[in-house]
Amino acid sequence: MQRVGVFVCWCGSNIAGTVDVEAVSEALKSEPGVVFSTNYQYMCSQAGQDMIKEAVKEHNLTGIVVCSCSPRMHEATFRKTAAAAGLNPYMVEIANIREQCSWVHKDMLTGTEKAIILGKAAIAKVNLNTPLTPGESPVTKRALVIGGGIAGIQTALDIADAGFPVDIVEKKPTIGGKMAQLDKTFPTLDCAACILTPKMVDVAQNEKIRIFSYSEVSEIKGFVGNFDVTIKKNARFVKEDVCTGCGACVDKCPMKKIPNEFNLGMDNRKAIYIPFAQAVPKVATIDPNACNMLKNGKCGLCAKVCTAGAIDYTQKDEYIEEKYGAIVVATGFNPISMDKFDEFAYNQSKDVITSLEFERLTNAAGPTAGKLLRPSDGKHPHTIVFVQCVGSRCDACAEKGKEYCSKICCMYTAKHAMLTRDKYPDTEVYVFYIDVRTPGKNFDEFYRRAVEEYGVKYIKGMVGKVTPEGDVLKVQASDLIANKQLHIDADLVVLAAAIEPDKSARPLATMLTASMDTNDFFTEAHPKLRPVESPTAGVFLSGACQGPKDIPETVSQAGAAASKVIGLLAKDKLTGNPCVAHSNELMCNGCSSCERVCPYGAITYSDKEFRMPDRTTKIRRVASVNPAVCQGCGACTVACPSGAMDLNGFANSQIMAEVDAICK
Amino acid sequence: MNNKEYLQEEIIRRSGVNPSKCMRCGKCSATCPAYDEMEYHPHQFVNMVESGDIEPLLNSESLYKCLSCFACIDRCPRNVEPAKLVEAVRLTAIRQQGANRMTANDVPQMIEEDVPPQLLVSAFRKYTK
Amino acid sequence: MKVSYFPGCTLKNKAKELDVYSVKSAEVLGITLEEIENWQCCGGVFTTARDEVATKLSSVRALKYALDREQPLVTVCSACHNVIKQTNYAMQNDKEFADKVNRYMAEGEYNGETEVYNYLEMLRDMVGFDAVKEKVVNPLKGKKIAAYYGCLLLRPNSVMRMDDPENPTIMEDLIKAMGAEPVVYAKRNECCGGYISVESPESAKRNSNAIIANAKAAGAEMIITACPLCKYNLIKNGADIPVIYFTELLAEALGVKEDTNE
Repeated sequence: MQRVGVFVCWCGSNIAGTVDVEAVSEALKSEPGVVFSTNYQYMCSQAGQDMIKEAVKEHNLTGIVVCSCSPRMHEATFRKTAAAAGLNPYMVEIANIREQCSWVHKDMLTGTEKAIILGKAAIAKVNLNTPLTPGESPVTKRALVIGGGIAGIQTALDIADAGFPVDIVEKKPTIGGKMAQLDKTFPTLDCAACILTPKMVDVAQNEKIRIFSYSEVSEIKGFVGNFDVTIKKNARFVKEDVCTGCGACVDKCPMKKIPNEFNLGMDNRKAIYIPFAQAVPKVATIDPNACNMLKNGKCGLCAKVCTAGAIDYTQKDEYIEEKYGAIVVATGFNPISMDKFDEFAYNQSKDVITSLEFERLTNAAGPTAGKLLRPSDGKHPHTIVFVQCVGSRCDACAEKGKEYCSKICCMYTAKHAMLTRDKYPDTEVYVFYIDVRTPGKNFDEFYRRAVEEYGVKYIKGMVGKVTPEGDVLKVQASDLIANKQLHIDADLVVLAAAIEPDKSARPLATMLTASMDTNDFFTEAHPKLRPVESPTAGVFLSGACQGPKDIPETVSQAGAAASKVIGLLAKDKLTGNPCVAHSNELMCNGCSSCERVCPYGAITYSDKEFRMPDRTTKIRRVASVNPAVCQGCGACTVACPSGAMDLNGFANSQIMAEVDAICK
Repeated sequence: MNNKEYLQEEIIRRSGVNPSKCMRCGKCSATCPAYDEMEYHPHQFVNMVESGDIEPLLNSESLYKCLSCFACIDRCPRNVEPAKLVEAVRLTAIRQQGANRMTANDVPQMIEEDVPPQLLVSAFRKYTK
Repeated sequence: MKVSYFPGCTLKNKAKELDVYSVKSAEVLGITLEEIENWQCCGGVFTTARDEVATKLSSVRALKYALDREQPLVTVCSACHNVIKQTNYAMQNDKEFADKVNRYMAEGEYNGETEVYNYLEMLRDMVGFDAVKEKVVNPLKGKKIAAYYGCLLLRPNSVMRMDDPENPTIMEDLIKAMGAEPVVYAKRNECCGGYISVESPESAKRNSNAIIANAKAAGAEMIITACPLCKYNLIKNGADIPVIYFTELLAEALGVKEDTNE
């Protein structure tokens, strides 16, 4: 029989306001095994913990029940207290009488009654607890960063700076991501390329960093400290280590009409291409869907002009297997499709563009060499209408758009409007807004400057319809302050499209068993206190894959993710979770039910020899659990029809004892 | 419950619209083809119903200017459905005694060579209880 | 294949072309439009108020008629289509409303089971535009035709589900199947003014003129529509290019226009 001590916490008035803590500790005194019961204002405080330690000594306690907040909050605290008092830390049980009781009840009588029942259940369980010892596993001291935008670049640089090797996997032919496509950056207006490309070069030159460009992650196995990852390196038909990036092949390639992704299809590239001048790695890539040689064996010009001999039409996709201790997700974002918003005529007129397209139109390396010209006729636009919140802040039932605020649009639109007025003072610039959201350092000042110094016309209202007619765009809009409907003949309409996570994020989350929200943004382990960690151990989040972010925020998060990775890789061994499943081989009937439901691949089957009661031997197929891989989710224990599978710390007998205690 | 609150609840129940979903973007009024005919515009219908200010709407000519083209319903990012509010207020107005906007006696003089019956039935349904 | 057919008031009167050509063309395409017996006028507009019951009964009766024959219900006129489809949606999704309606249904209970197709959807989903194209004997080569959808066919999209409400293609696809060239213009899904021409003709005029101007600026030589009221408003407000029903053009392309006139 255990000697159980019960400690009821008031949590100030959080619990004591709705639960009669005195009555709870009194009622639990007479439960089986309980030799001591008390209550205190803040059990988690130093004084509270000392009270527990003293009680362990004085009453020779073998088990502890703390009736307090959620175990997610302080289970670890009280386990440490128990260990300090010489007990096995897994002899502690928490009865959650805050989140699951005092906070959800208003009536003291009901709250107290429920708290007593929850306490009884925890006591029933702790009576069956056994000491558990966690295992240890080694840490592979290498990190994987998935995504090579500014988030991935910064994370990789910071990890490498601490001396750990890092691999970046980027699906495009070059790293750089969205930031490489931007012109200027708010609120200081430095040129994006000028501040990004040195970092890209740093990545390329850093001995600790390897770049897998034009590659994707195809399989992830293992667990924190020990991930086994397969990287698929897509055939680019150019030998990366031989190509010098001279561009002679690009000049000679006869396939000229391939829409250029880097300029969002506003101009064309060749079938063999280098996305932009400062690409890293600066090597050419052949687009297999456009190359004549690859499609029907005719041409071969690029191979002829390549003096380095880098072209290889027979190159195959390559699979690379590597071990990592930590994985950082930095898969970024994209603007949403404007297909469902054709009241703005995006699909009906070339002169209705998205803000990212506007970035390319004003970028010196863009399709117009930085001159602001209309895509339809190359004329200078004299009236430009910017529309904010296109697809952001939509109701879930509205069938199109996203529920969240995309966060970056107010500021980049202010930037676009300001730069246009600065460079082309003869241009009328209207911005239709619902709210202007500028919560950042020097952000509101920036927006006010656009209005007050640059004369951008901000109008509180929305555009309802854009009608292309002749060479004008008839914009019908509302001005809510003037209570008027406006009709503006515009030359260019720019839509601030909502942003969404990259499409590669969802399958990646499945591979990582990392959780996502309904919008496919990765979920953090705690929204405030663990913002760069995924709930899945060893997986970290960097940049817009976790939620819309601007560059400064992305860079800070990237650094924070890196520091978490460094903290992990600095350890030689990781202490595992002892609450893992195990199979009683004598009861196992070899049905494979557990193997099928295990989300971590922790269960394997093998044939084993068993001695039978009649002294003969028999070979049976039985399950075994790899405790290093098992995460203790318990799915197998529920699926097992013969009752062979059980979970340490949450044994079937313990759960039943809790249920009995509650139902008594 | 006073008359103001009663009217507000009646309009909300009849329309099935929750005006508090409105985020004040004004897209309904931006897209409305009858805007210039209306004294109170679609976004004002939403805001005035939300604040219980129904009387001015009941007495407004705006009720009879809405085309029921549903553009505001489809384009509202918050799924507020302003046209349903206009309809609910209009019905509240014309259901009052003697408040029909159009009567059967008006019909004969509207019949012209090319007028489709659809025009007369539609108008009759909109303007008569 | 046989379908239940709801013609509506105007098709028996000022818009006979819409009715007669629809029936003839469907026959060529292998579909028999069986006119619902004793159909009553849909009322022209759907009243969105949830407490309007009597005004929606004629639609429910037509829907029930089709259900009893296990046929889909096909409409031609945009207004009938809008009213019947919205009524059907309310019968499916608003239990309280459906209960009230069913108290008046001597014909038996109805809960939104019937599938409602507009004639255009029938062409796209039951016949297929490729099959239409095969049956065309007089391709309308070189004609630049602007489809005018108006508001009733497409909105509210959550109910109508005909096409992309902001950039529809169903009529353009039909125009292509008939061998002509569709003209895309932004105002094709804007309202002509509808019944407002009774209340404020200037409003209808302004809307109609903007639509015609936009279609012409895009190069249209002719406008087709499915709605008698749209046609009336566009013509009355001075359309200087022909405005006709799409069914008339279809009958011409299929080679059944002449024998219809005889």
